[in-house]
This record gives sequence, C-alpha cells and structure tokens, in this order.
Amino acid sequence: MSPPVLEKTFQASDPVLQDTETFEVNLGPQHPSTHGVFRMNVKLEGETIVSLKPVMGYLHRNHEQIAENMSYLGSMPYTDRLDYFNSMSNNFGYALAVERLAKIDVPERAQYVRVIMAELTRLVNHVSVIGFLLNDLGAFFTPVLYAFREREKILDVFEEVAGSRMMCNYLRFGGVKRDLTPAVTERIKKIVRGFPKFLDEFEGLLTRNEILCIRCQKVGVLPYDLAVNAGITGPMARASGVNYDLRKVDRYSIYDRFKFKIPLGKIGDVYDRYLVRILEMRESLKILEQALKEIPAGPVMNPKFAALAKAPRNFKPPKGEAYGRVEAPKGELGFYLVSDGTAQPWRYHVRAPSLINLTVLEDLCLGHKVADAVIILGSIDIVLGELDH
Amino acid sequence: MDPIFVNSKKALLNLFSAFLPDWTVVLVSIFISIGAIMVLGPFTMMYLTWFERKLLGRIQNRIGPNRVGIFGLLQPIADGVKMLTKEDIVPEGADKAVHLLAPIAIVIPSLLVFSVLPFGRNMTAVNLNIGVLFFLAVSATTTLSIFMGAWASRNKFSLLGGMRSVAQLVSYEVPMVLSVVPVILAAGSLSTVDLVESQGGWNGFKWFVFTPWGFTAFITFYLSGVAECNRTPFDIPEGESEIVAGFHTEYSGMKFALWYMAEFMNVFTVSGLTAVLFLGGWQGAPGLPSWAWFFIKTYALVFVMMWFRGTLPRLRVDQLMGLAWKFLLPLTLVNIFVAGLWFFIPDLRWRVGTAVALLGLTFWALMALNRTALPEKRTYEFAE
Repeated sequence: MSPPVLEKTFQASDPVLQDTETFEVNLGPQHPSTHGVFRMNVKLEGETIVSLKPVMGYLHRNHEQIAENMSYLGSMPYTDRLDYFNSMSNNFGYALAVERLAKIDVPERAQYVRVIMAELTRLVNHVSVIGFLLNDLGAFFTPVLYAFREREKILDVFEEVAGSRMMCNYLRFGGVKRDLTPAVTERIKKIVRGFPKFLDEFEGLLTRNEILCIRCQKVGVLPYDLAVNAGITGPMARASGVNYDLRKVDRYSIYDRFKFKIPLGKIGDVYDRYLVRILEMRESLKILEQALKEIPAGPVMNPKFAALAKAPRNFKPPKGEAYGRVEAPKGELGFYLVSDGTAQPWRYHVRAPSLINLTVLEDLCLGHKVADAVIILGSIDIVLGELDH
Repeated sequence: MDPIFVNSKKALLNLFSAFLPDWTVVLVSIFISIGAIMVLGPFTMMYLTWFERKLLGRIQNRIGPNRVGIFGLLQPIADGVKMLTKEDIVPEGADKAVHLLAPIAIVIPSLLVFSVLPFGRNMTAVNLNIGVLFFLAVSATTTLSIFMGAWASRNKFSLLGGMRSVAQLVSYEVPMVLSVVPVILAAGSLSTVDLVESQGGWNGFKWFVFTPWGFTAFITFYLSGVAECNRTPFDIPEGESEIVAGFHTEYSGMKFALWYMAEFMNVFTVSGLTAVLFLGGWQGAPGLPSWAWFFIKTYALVFVMMWFRGTLPRLRVDQLMGLAWKFLLPLTLVNIFVAGLWFFIPDLRWRVGTAVALLGLTFWALMALNRTALPEKRTYEFAE
C-alpha cells in the first residue's frame, strides 16, 4: 500500500506548523474530580484548553423507559436515584406532576412537611457542593468533612422520617408517607438554630480566603444572555443575575406564604456561584424557621389516596398530560407525564437540571487552564445519576 | 544528655580500635554515620506519614489512624507491608529502565542532604565548608528524577505533572537560593556548622530570624521550600483533583512508596535547613540537649507545612509562577541589598529603621504592582 499523499502542502508560515502541537487528554471517566463517571475530552495548548467535549452516558439506565413500564407510584423510589443527593426534591417534583395529572389535593400539614424537607435537601446539597468545590480547588478534604458533619445531622432526620438516609422515597401522591413526630420537629428546629453559626464559621474561613478568591474570581464567567439562551436554571443562572426561581415564579405548593429573597450575582463566575449558594442557604433557613413556626396539626395524607400504597395498580389517572416542576437545589427539575388512562404513564420525561446546566461547559472552559476546568465543573454542580438518566 | 550520640559513637570506635588497624577505624566511623542517616531518613519518613495523617485527622474533625497499635503507631509498618506486597505495575509502552530508575534516583539526593544537616552539637555527618551550597545543589537534582518518572510513564497526566514540576521547581530554586544569601553574608561561611555557631547564645536573640532581613528571608525561604517539596498550596505537580496524581500516576507498590519517601524526607530536610539557617539550629536554652532543640524546631516547621496542607486550597500554574517571579524574586533581591546595608551602617537605630523602611516599601510596591491578582469584594442584590 502506498503511503497517503498529503492533499495540502504546508508552507513555513502555516500556523499549523508554527504553533505547538495540541495535546489531547481524557479527563475521566475514572478521574477524581469528575464527580462520578463523566468524561471530558480536552484538547490542550500547553495547559490552556482549546476544545472540550463532554462525554456522558456511562451511568445511563433507561430511567424514563423503566418508569413508563411501571405503576405511577412505583416510579417514586426511582426518582430518588436521579439526583441521589436530593431525593426529597425529586420526590416533590414527581408528586406535583402526578397530583396535577390526577387532581389530588394535599392536606395543609403535608404541604408544610414537604417544604421543610425540600429546604433541608437544599441545605444538604449546597453545603456538599461547596465542600466538593473546595476539594476540586485542592483544599485537602477539610471543608468537605466539615460540610459533611452538618449534612449528617440532616440525613439523620431523613432517616428518622423516611427510613433511609439518601434514597428517602418519602412523598406520596396526596401527602407524605409518615407524620413528623414532635421529637423530629424539635430536632429540625435545633439544626435550623445551629446552622447559621456553622455557615458563619464556614464563610469566615472561605469567603475572603485569598487563594480561593484568585482561583475563582473571573473564572468560568457565564454571561446573562448565554445563561438565558441556554436555559440554565438554579443557582448557576442566579449567579449570572437571572432572576428566576420557581419558588417565586410558580409559587408551587405553599411557597407564596413565606418571606424570603433570591440572591443574585452580577458577574456569573465560579466565585459568584459559590457565594450565591451560601446566601441561598441563609434564605432557606428563613423559610424553614417560618415553616416550623406555622406548621399546623392535622393529617399528612389525603384519605382518598391513602389506600393507594397497598394497590398502586388501581391508580389510573384520567387521560391527559401534566408538567410538574420544582426548584430543585440544582435548578428547575421538571417531570412531564402523559396518561392514556391506564395504570402506567404513556410518556414520562424528566427535565434534569444537571444535564441542561452542563451544556455550557465548553463555553465556560475555553481559554482557561486544566485546573480551572475542574473547578468550573464543580461549580456547575452535576450529579451523574440525573445527568445520565 | 547532650553528647550522648557523639559519646556512644566514640565508645564504639574505641571498641573497634582495640583490635583493628587505625585506617579501618576511620572507615568504621564513616559507616556508622552513613548507617545512622540511612536509618534516620526512612524512619523519619515513616513517622511523618503517621504524624501527617493524625494531624490532618484532627484538623478535619476526625481521629486519624488508630487501629494498628496504640494511637495507630504501627500504621507505617502496616503500610510498608502493604506497599511491599502490592503488584508492581509498569504500563505498556513505558520506558521500563527509566521508569524503574526514577524513584530510586529521587531518594538518593534526599538522603544525601541529610549528611550536611547539623543535628546537634558536633553531630554533623560531614562538615563540608560549602554545606549550604551542597544542600541546594543536591536537592535541585530532584527535578530531573521527577521528570524522568513523568516522561517514562507514558501517561498524559504524568507528562503534564512533569512539565508543571520542572517549571515550578526551577522557578522556586531562584528565590530559595537568593534568600540564603543574606544569612551567608551575616555568618561569613557556607558551612552549616558555622552558620549555627554564629547564631549562638542561649537566649536566641542572635537567631537570624530576629532581624528584618532575616525575617523576610525566613518567610521567602520557607515558602520556596514548601514549593520545592511539592506541598500544598504549591502541589500542582501532583494535584490530585486536576491531574490525578501527576508524575507518580503510573507508580504502584514499592516504587510509589519511594516517591513518598523522597517527598517526606524533603519535607524534613527543608524544615531542618530552615531551622539551621534562621532559627539557630541546635542552639537553645541549656535545659534540653542540643539535638532535642534541633528536632523541636524542625518538627515545628514540619507541623506548619502539614497545617498548610489541611487548610489551604491550591494555586493555579500561572499564579504560582507569578508568585515566584513577580513577588518572591524582587523581594529577595531587595532583601540582599538590605542585609548589605545592615552590616554597613554602624548605628543600631539607623540600620533597623532603614531595613524596615526599605522592606516595607518593597512589600507595599510589590502588592500594588500585583494588584490584578488580588481578590475583589462582591456585593449581591436580593430580588423579591
């Protein structure tokens, strides 16, 4: 076989010959900072990124197809596995969608319990994300372990109410699985009281740290326009100044009863994403305080649907479609359901915030160093279970 | 207590001289010194790993190793057994000879520099008249071994780590050497023994760290030393969150242990040299033996390095280079000038005033020039 002939003859002035060679590296799927089995195909010029291609699907498990072959209630535990850090929020979104589809009312107390659990989940998520971000920055596990100390306390509450620490499977259509005992309420109150002190301590060590500032500021800037056009939601969009929080926009459940604000960043770099999350936790604590004060007594389950758990196949919502969305800690988590009147959804679709927020990864990383790509990915906050659903 | 090690060596030599010819006694003396260093080096490394894990554990609100032996004191031995029994994996396509040689080549300079450290009064293995130069020159060769390992592994992460480490170690070599110059000016000698002796007196007021130039040089030397050892916040050659493990990604088993051994011995020797140069080495209050003072000071500095590791995030490559070339290098250059002035001006008040003013001015000017690298304060608005 004759050697291939080059079509193009290179001149000495050709930039291809003058430039140094690019260097292709696969970050992942077994890499300490890709938060699971995610791969970034990176082309480097020295250490500067000239192209980045995310490769995903290593954790794909047919989530939507499985749900379409299941009873409606049977999918509830599967939603836990989407974003395994925030199973309560996932349950919340799915329950909202089904309740909208079948027009189920939720008792007052259950609404409060749901909000409390969703906000606790937000604390769990944000505190761990900040810990992992610092780990990506190279702070050797110290912040993440302090973050996990606080996370453990909340997970203990989850374990007590739902029986499981991470895969809670706590919400039901028309309420929640089990009522909060006074002891648990007391425990949550204690966490809410102690949390601001921990946040102050955490911030005192991190927010003004020079190394953290110079590593994070002006790195991975997401402009307002790009954030809007790419459909970015959650703290990532709010760090870029997009005033979009479903708790305010949709006012789903009983969020219209609470006084809280939405922190907005101005620049949209990694530092803003870090600080917006901290400020959001402080706002979540305000919601929790109000909810714990106002929570009424009463049933936590709509009696009409209480028997559903025994025979989930009997639950057949009328024909139609519904979209339920919540402000999950990572962004807008939506569940789209189409019912054909049988016990299984005809179509089940998840709008996963991790997946959509990740679409701008290349735009954020171009021109930065490899070390920055890692923290930008950390600040986007992905969970592979949701990304590869 | 003080001359216990020196006396025991003498007694041993007397024993040998009874039945051996004179020239062999000299050889035996050399071998005793070498043996002591060969035991001390790895032993230090073993217990530094334990110390680091225990300390990081406490910093991170954990207990740290506590399963093997009391307080986990046998943990390093268990680790050693594990390392020895692990499979030695050499990647396909690696340059096998260089891959094998690199971890060996890095341990040798790390052990060599022990020979010029004065561990106590009359406790220097070799009193070289160019001791400090020897130390710096030999420790500079670690760059080569790191790049050997990185290149031979045939792994892209290793290569990135190797390139980073060459850039970093060569850059930080410069401020490190320059910050030693004022001390040599003051002592008039390159020998580590003379350096310690010129900081004599039990009260410690003649330690070089208590002069303005000495203090500046202490900080710059120590920072460069941390960078030379690849420790946080300058651990970019092996930054585990970015390039997996950098130059030692493809090493396993005992070869990996050798990289670690070199790293921890470097931590010890750099801290030891800092103590010798600026903190009076084995000089101290008479209550404790001289070698105890040396180890106390060295371990205090080692403690600070581990404290850094538990506290600080990592710098980025360009920021790291910026710190070396734009900040440490000008500061050390001015510092040499300040030290020169110090010995030139006879009046005490004048020389302290000039030194502090000049160093302060330089520091301020460098901070102003590097303003782009400084953090900014952010404000956030709250929407309803």
